[in-house]
Amino acid sequence: MKIVVCIKQVPDTKGGVKFNPDGTLDRGAMLTIMNPDDKAGLEAALRLKEQYGAEVTVLTMGLPKADEVLREAMAMGADKGILVTDRVLGGADTWATSTTIAGAIRNLEYDLIITGRQAIDGDTAQVGPQISEHLNIPVISYAQDIKIEGDYVIVQRQYEDRYHEVKAKMPCLITALSELNEPRYMTPGGIFEAYDKEVTVWGRPDLKDVDDSDLGLKGSPTKIAKASDKVKKGAGEKVVPDTPEDAVAYIVGKMKEKHVI
Amino acid sequence: MKIMGLEAYKGVYVYAQQVDNELSGIAFELLGKAKDLAKDLGTDVTAVLIGSDVKGLADQLAEYGADKVIVVDDPELKEYRTEPYTHALASVINEYKPEIMLVGATAIGRDLGPRVSARVKTGLTADCTVLEIGDFPLNPVPGKEDEQKHNQLLMTRPAFGGNTIATIACPDNRPQMATVRPGVMQKIDPIKGAKANVIEYNPGFTPDDKYVEILNIVKAVKETEDIMEAKILVSGGRGVGSAENFQMLKDLAAVLGGTVSCSRAVVENGWLPQDLQVGQTGKTVRPNVYFAIGISGAIQHVAGMEEADIIVAINKDEDAPIFDVADYGVVGDLNKIVPALTEALKAEMAE
Repeated sequence: MKIVVCIKQVPDTKGGVKFNPDGTLDRGAMLTIMNPDDKAGLEAALRLKEQYGAEVTVLTMGLPKADEVLREAMAMGADKGILVTDRVLGGADTWATSTTIAGAIRNLEYDLIITGRQAIDGDTAQVGPQISEHLNIPVISYAQDIKIEGDYVIVQRQYEDRYHEVKAKMPCLITALSELNEPRYMTPGGIFEAYDKEVTVWGRPDLKDVDDSDLGLKGSPTKIAKASDKVKKGAGEKVVPDTPEDAVAYIVGKMKEKHVI
Repeated sequence: MKIMGLEAYKGVYVYAQQVDNELSGIAFELLGKAKDLAKDLGTDVTAVLIGSDVKGLADQLAEYGADKVIVVDDPELKEYRTEPYTHALASVINEYKPEIMLVGATAIGRDLGPRVSARVKTGLTADCTVLEIGDFPLNPVPGKEDEQKHNQLLMTRPAFGGNTIATIACPDNRPQMATVRPGVMQKIDPIKGAKANVIEYNPGFTPDDKYVEILNIVKAVKETEDIMEAKILVSGGRGVGSAENFQMLKDLAAVLGGTVSCSRAVVENGWLPQDLQVGQTGKTVRPNVYFAIGISGAIQHVAGMEEADIIVAINKDEDAPIFDVADYGVVGDLNKIVPALTEALKAEMAE
């Protein structure tokens, strides 16, 4: 079985957010991590590899420094890494991103594609389903549990108040939730090996069946009209009462003042 | 990527989500917003109803603001599955050409929306919290005034876990598509007896490998109240310490006639079910009073509760970011304060 896991290097939102003058993100200026939902997707792939035997390829689109998350993934146990990077791909929205990644995946053999549900920078949860549409394969979003049965994958698909146990013929794309599992750590041996393993780097010419007009900022149907740091709601009062009784008296007083009670 | 003949696209459409042949609240919320947008554009509102044996729901959509209802009714659509629903909605878009297509940012809508947008080749803006009609670019570029487009859908959404806010347009493609965060838009007071103009449309459904098979449906036992409807929420975080300790919060909520909710950490620890989670990956709530107890106040959590009228925070860490948004912050031990508060409120209420 061949599994492709799409991962993304994302800014660690704890480190603050910086913009380019055109309103797009200045990714180069921020600290980065592997997106948590993607890491859960990778862990799911590695467990399938242990259980059923599989070759796990991690693929990312980003700046050249996104090589770092591929190395991390390989240190966790992924077999191969592919970095899709090219200046013409910059500023892509979810349409252009999914078009790009689908164009890269068309070069690969795959039974299963796993993506994270959503990245903590964009929070859109759109790229996974859009890749599946471009590749004309089924998608199962929000996977809680993944099993393989012959040519089929059986997945628990989460909704607000229920889950569906869904059976789909492979090839199929699954989006993973960070709640799916607890990702493993890199091993020291794995880290050494990861730096010996080769990362394949692809640019625009390596994308298959993709029009230039569908790539990058120019190929993005959505355009940013305005982006800004959020205006924070001002802090109210903060008290440090000497005793719990004082704390209670304070809260009860406020509840009365505001006619809550 | 540009599509010619944008002016052929007319009307504001909403995807009227139904589950088990019952309309979801988001359908009415979207209709409320669609009515505003349609008024600004001088057009009308169409609800797209997809399912099996769902035609009877059309009048309810009319009562909440739909002028027209397009019904796609087919046995293949009994349960939500990505492919037949994508085929249904994409076919409606290609046939009727809406200028705006709104979908709820629910577990269904966030699967359906992207797949449909990729199929009809248009942009999709996720999880919007503000929608309005305006110009793109917002201000004309000097010397290129005639290139500014009017009557565009401007879609505003938080990104970076709520650290930033972006306004997005889709000037060269139609429809302009957005998924909209539940609990943000206001539904209208229903117009009793309103009747919609119902149009039945069936694009034909031919199962293939993309029609996944549903083996089993397991419904969560609905023992929890809807936190989006609650006037008072008593919300706990990691600091509460254990599932058992949530009893303190339940007691406090009971005295106030409120409901218990929680942060993501609580769900990840398995202390409370996911439908009680407030925040970016949970629900957006706007109660009259929100008690944040043992919640540090990560930006993702704050994004889901900052619209509460009054926020009361109890936390032992005086540097916790929750104090930056709390109206009334109390630094102290929740294990001592919460039970005492419950008793004090009980005494007050008895008076």
